[in-house]
Amino acid sequence: MSLEIIGTYAITACLIIGAAFAMIGTIGLLKFNDPMVRLHAPTKVGTIGIGALLLASMIHSYVFSDGSMHELLIMAFLFVTSPISANFISKVNIHRRNCDVPPVPPQDEAWSTLDVPEDEVEVAPAK
Amino acid sequence: MTRLFHWLFPHPLLTLLLAAVWVLLQNQFTPGMAVFGLILGIIIPRLTVAWWPDRPVGIRVGKMAAYCLLVLWDILVANVEVAWIVLTRPNAKLRPAWVVVPLDLRQPEAISILAGTITLTPGTVTADLSDGGHSLLVHALDTDNPDAVRDAIKHRYERRLKEIFA
Repeated sequence: MSLEIIGTYAITACLIIGAAFAMIGTIGLLKFNDPMVRLHAPTKVGTIGIGALLLASMIHSYVFSDGSMHELLIMAFLFVTSPISANFISKVNIHRRNCDVPPVPPQDEAWSTLDVPEDEVEVAPAK
Repeated sequence: MTRLFHWLFPHPLLTLLLAAVWVLLQNQFTPGMAVFGLILGIIIPRLTVAWWPDRPVGIRVGKMAAYCLLVLWDILVANVEVAWIVLTRPNAKLRPAWVVVPLDLRQPEAISILAGTITLTPGTVTADLSDGGHSLLVHALDTDNPDAVRDAIKHRYERRLKEIFA
């Protein structure tokens, strides 16, 4: 078997794995009913989904042309930034009281998201 | 001599990282590109040093690399686990829970890395930090024992981060 054929199979496998994980993330987003639980599916499954697609792109560039390292950077930036969006979404959920009230922290007075003056509390409308 | 070194390289690791990112952005390695990346890596930390006063010093690079590999492996395992839960577990049988993780780490940089790690790994998302910075609020996707999740986080990640930022 030549390098091209092996490369093609590897690329296909990576594309299928990546697409499958991305799809599972979307299914989780649709299926779960609690806002905090719903957050889990796309944040985690998305990383390997996109990671596998980028790996496919990298293999393709090395087998069929000069090769490219941009995908490594994309992956690194993605891993650094994706927890921040997850954190923002969960902070909004806590702020709008969309989820169960979290337990009180043991050493400090309150969670920083809940640490707002009473008249500024924004409660989500009941479903 | 050492004072000149500290003035020129306020953050030597950041210098190397910026140079590496520059070379990766160029997509091909030539000596000229490496030199230009190094120049950028010297200028940028020098210009921004005033806005990062209490930066961590003495990070163990080798342990940091080992930690990254461990987290990458955990991310792979976590993805499969969460995918399995998404596909097989009905909503009624899911046992989500809040987990409070008391922190021994004090540096903001170390706490950010721990929070990011928790979000990327098995069925847990970092939701909030307490107002004094002494505990993290973590949401677990499916657990029957929140204390075990807390101990796992403290033992597996926080202990290693404490060694890295010693």
